[in-house]
Amino acid sequence: MVISTEGLSFHFGNQQVVKSLSLQVPEGSIYGFLGPNGAGKTTTIKLLLNLLKTDQGSIHIFGKELKSNRITILSQIGSLIEQPAIYLHLSGKENLMNRALLLQISEQRVDEMLALVHLTDAAHKKAGKYSSGMKQRLGIALALLSDPKLLILDEPTNGLDPNGIIEVRELLIRLVTRHSKTVFISSHLLGEVERMATHVGIIDKGELLFQGSIQDLEAISQPQVHIELDNAVDAANFLKKHGFVITDINDKHLSVPYASKIQMGEINTLLNKNGHMIYSIHKIHQDLEKLFLDITQQA
Amino acid sequence: MGFWSAVLLPLLICLLLFTGFFNKSEHLANLPGVVVWLQFAGAILAVMGSLLLPMLIVFIAYSVNSIEHKADTWKSLFSLPIPKWSVYTAKYVYAFSLVLLCLGLFLLFTIGFGNLLSVLKPVLKFNEYHIESILAQTYLKLLFSALGILSIQFLLSLLFQDFLKPMGIGFTATIAGVILANVDWKYAYLFPYAHPMLTIKSLLKNKMGNGPGIPQITVDLFTKDILVSMAVAVAVFILGYFILLRKSVK
Repeated sequence: MVISTEGLSFHFGNQQVVKSLSLQVPEGSIYGFLGPNGAGKTTTIKLLLNLLKTDQGSIHIFGKELKSNRITILSQIGSLIEQPAIYLHLSGKENLMNRALLLQISEQRVDEMLALVHLTDAAHKKAGKYSSGMKQRLGIALALLSDPKLLILDEPTNGLDPNGIIEVRELLIRLVTRHSKTVFISSHLLGEVERMATHVGIIDKGELLFQGSIQDLEAISQPQVHIELDNAVDAANFLKKHGFVITDINDKHLSVPYASKIQMGEINTLLNKNGHMIYSIHKIHQDLEKLFLDITQQA
Repeated sequence: MGFWSAVLLPLLICLLLFTGFFNKSEHLANLPGVVVWLQFAGAILAVMGSLLLPMLIVFIAYSVNSIEHKADTWKSLFSLPIPKWSVYTAKYVYAFSLVLLCLGLFLLFTIGFGNLLSVLKPVLKFNEYHIESILAQTYLKLLFSALGILSIQFLLSLLFQDFLKPMGIGFTATIAGVILANVDWKYAYLFPYAHPMLTIKSLLKNKMGNGPGIPQITVDLFTKDILVSMAVAVAVFILGYFILLRKSVK
């Protein structure tokens, strides 16, 4: 495990922000850390970077205890927290050079990073005049500058346009698959995480509600048989009489939990024989978006 | 910002004074060289002790830390593989060097413009007396006397994001310090913000002490107020580091 926490807790004043969190982030994964705004994502990230002092519990990164190995661990982490931290009176390149000077990194690497995030043309423009997407890209370049083994990114696609989002996503996937990095990325958008994450942790009100691979998450979402037909209400009543459970209904379609292909055929025949006109019938996976809402609302 | 204020302030003040002396040279003509020098350098030193130096430090200490508050870069600075004490010490050393630079330039410009005046207006007998060493010692003592304030203001600017808090505290304390020094309160030497004023006052005392005639000035560098200033500087610096260690980064 690259990141492993146990019973991690933190509170601001009386408010418990992080409750007994046990994260397990495997090496070479893109770990999507999902949760609505205010769920405790940024606080958790700040705990992982030793910016906030842990109340209770332990944090191990690269198998080492964080507090006693702060410098060694931080030297292998690149991070972007909330709004990118940028000196607005300096140009994009100066911002990177400043960091490079602190970490003894060559100017060549700075130019590479500028090219990577497509800021070469704007390298000498003051960062204060950057658009929010450009600032975000500069923030990502700063995080990548030291070629870290672990990237911790807090909502990195905030403020990016669709092209920018796709670029960042592809960049992160490339980093993991080709350069065997590990990425820990927080987001409140399930769709975004779904498209790139290999592992997911869902947090709400400071508590971890789900953790596992993306396949695990899909597995707990029960597939449904989605039937579109002329009179959904009558059909639903009819199916109920025959012992089916109706999970969703409106005037155009209804849903029944999926059991097998044969069951789907049976439903089809049953409805047809009783004069219901079926327009379509197919199996669907429950929308992860809905699952995410279910998980976070149950808590 | 701090850097340019440290350069421009001495330049502008000395330039102003230079113009004043240049235009009013007939009033000062034929005064002994030492008196002309004392009037020239003393005009700066008088405000320096009461307000200029403490306020300059308030501003420099603020500017060094506000750059990180403003850009919200403390979090990224402290998530770099750099020990916290290096960040803290580097910031402090930079603030100190700005104060050093500023006082150094005051010294340099005072001597420079004084000599320039003596060339342009030979009636002013600047060339009769050499104030360099005494002036250098005075500015060195001022630097030492300011160390306590520097540490306190540095810590305040580190803790508070806005300018008003460190500025308000610094300003109030400076006024209090000037008053305490001027009323010759017995324990004024224990109050850091009174130290620059005490330094200037001790110069004047020496000047008066010799009665009429040619003033003889000596600078007693390590008086007890200077020692207190240095002790406060070291103590607050160390205290500040431990506060920083325990503080959460927002």
